[in-house]
Amino acid sequence: MNETASTDAPIVRLVAPDGTAVGDVEVGLSRDERRKLLRLMIRARRLDRECWALQRQGELTVYPPFEGQEAAQVGSAFALGPDDFVFPSFRELAAALVRGVDVVEYLQYHRGTWHGGPYDPIASRFAPICVPVATQIVHAVGWAMGATFDGSTACSLAYFGDGSSSEGDFHEGANLAAVFRAPAILFCQNNGWAISVPSNEQFVAPIAARAAGYGMRGARVDGNDVLAVYAVTRDAVERARAGEGPTLIEAVTYRIGSHSTADDATRYRDEAEVAAWGERDPIYRYRTHLLDAGTIDDAFVRGCDEEAEAWVAEIRAELTSLGEPPVAEMFDHAFADPPPTLLRQREELLGDG
Amino acid sequence: MAEHTMVAALNSALRDALAADPRTLVFGEDVGALGGVFRVTEGLQAEFGRERVFDTPIAEAGIAGICVGLAMAGWRPIAEMQFEGFSYPALDQVISHLAKYRERTRGRVGMPAVIRIPSFGGIRGKEHHGESPETYYAHTAGLKVVVPSTPLDAYRLLRRSIEDPDPVIFLEPKGRYWSREDGDLSVEGPGLGRARVVREGGACVLIAYGAMVGRCLEAATALAEEGIEAAVLDLRSLVPLDVGAIRDAVRSTGRAVVVHEAPLTLGMGAEIVARIVEEAFDHLEAPVARVTGPDVPYPPASLELRYLPSIERIANAVRTVVAY
Repeated sequence: MNETASTDAPIVRLVAPDGTAVGDVEVGLSRDERRKLLRLMIRARRLDRECWALQRQGELTVYPPFEGQEAAQVGSAFALGPDDFVFPSFRELAAALVRGVDVVEYLQYHRGTWHGGPYDPIASRFAPICVPVATQIVHAVGWAMGATFDGSTACSLAYFGDGSSSEGDFHEGANLAAVFRAPAILFCQNNGWAISVPSNEQFVAPIAARAAGYGMRGARVDGNDVLAVYAVTRDAVERARAGEGPTLIEAVTYRIGSHSTADDATRYRDEAEVAAWGERDPIYRYRTHLLDAGTIDDAFVRGCDEEAEAWVAEIRAELTSLGEPPVAEMFDHAFADPPPTLLRQREELLGDG
Repeated sequence: MAEHTMVAALNSALRDALAADPRTLVFGEDVGALGGVFRVTEGLQAEFGRERVFDTPIAEAGIAGICVGLAMAGWRPIAEMQFEGFSYPALDQVISHLAKYRERTRGRVGMPAVIRIPSFGGIRGKEHHGESPETYYAHTAGLKVVVPSTPLDAYRLLRRSIEDPDPVIFLEPKGRYWSREDGDLSVEGPGLGRARVVREGGACVLIAYGAMVGRCLEAATALAEEGIEAAVLDLRSLVPLDVGAIRDAVRSTGRAVVVHEAPLTLGMGAEIVARIVEEAFDHLEAPVARVTGPDVPYPPASLELRYLPSIERIANAVRTVVAY
């Protein structure tokens, strides 16, 4: 069992795995917003499973699944305002969904038709998918500094994993954020595994505990409790807007699937561990909580499932009908003002076309 | 007309850019109150404030990384790496993000950033203070790479680099920081990618950039006393590379010597010679020679004059090529 050294550290939890409220679940969300959180999580999971299938059918190249992390992503992204800016890594499709990123454009990345930002990052307030581990943390800090220079109260949120927390860019980004009191939220999804290396072999102290060393606020939250994630992130957003600087959040969650469709998690971890985390499933937990509270009924859940099914069918149809990008595009965006030597290579490769 | 050192010219370029465009920012290690270890940013923080000219912690990847975030937020970052030998922690951010962002975002998000790096040898520096990093950047698609050789050029090329919509790596030849030149600082003149014939001559062309331009001029002066008139071509930028100027110079002389401080193997000379072969093969009267640093780490101060291309080595290469 991969229990990190930080397992016993204090954690924010509002709803227990069985759906029972164990904290103040009045987090300032309306009934509609509470229902929407569940709808988004159901939609995200349905899409995630569809993407796995699409990869197996040859429609996507490689896909990194996020099953198990729906609450961490949906709860945090839901706490952001329209002007705030997300800097994702590569597993944040659920957060992208919440932010209104065009999902078909997003999935062109995994279809292999374009690199990191096939969608419009500026309009979406969602930076390009970022694969070099932890580099996006520094971008988020730079963006937050820039927003402050403009007198804006917007904040940025960088998603990264437990694996990223060992990179130098995590340290440089965190320290810069603290030194410049940047309105940046460093949101770690500690999903237990950096591909095949468990978190207890990656670091010793809880990631959230590092916040004190940087002189920023830190929070450790049950990443499978969407209300807790929302509340903790919203507090960080409010502090950022008030000029109180960055926050490091560690959302403790679990990657139910493999690292990617190219990985085989059965080679390095026990089924018992996966099953144990299945007992803490974020959607089951929240759905049970809402049903027990009378916020939703079974018909609502069925409606969410049906709607997700129909929506995913549309995504699939649109995605699989996409053609290849024109070869010229490879040359068109390398520079705004391309050197003559590059224009000549373009001509040689493409001819008149 | 006034006399300018390269440091003063670069300082003026930064000051004028900060004044001209309120979206420009200058930052790096010790660039604030100190004015940079070479004083290139002297007085800028006092004049433009701590929000537009600021010190950062010692964090080169962080410096390059915040360039990306600031550019996304609509700013034009002008960052300083203190020395070329300390710029390598930033390579991941530069190569993986700064250089690729426009391409990755299908042209939607450009990176109008400049990273200034005091570079090259010749100042009797400690280790990591005399290196030639240009090929790392010139080989990275999406970056422009500029190397000025004189104060007036340094002013104009830095202003043009700051205005450029693409990321520019601006390599400042430390050995020429205190060189002087008379003239008016002006942004008018050729833009990036235009080489300059700094000396005419029919026997051979010396092709160089940065501090080696001056060294080549000295060699050409010595050779002239022997009756060998060598031209000198200052490339000024490595990306874009002025292939037309290289071609014209070689076609008119039939002989060429390429000079740089960087080690021989896969240095810029390799690219330049390949271009010469492609563009001017039929005009060549002799094999092209390269005079460069050897393929060893940059040596300590007491040996650096033996490492760097000397007037004598350059002149000998020209004599050999001319006598071929």
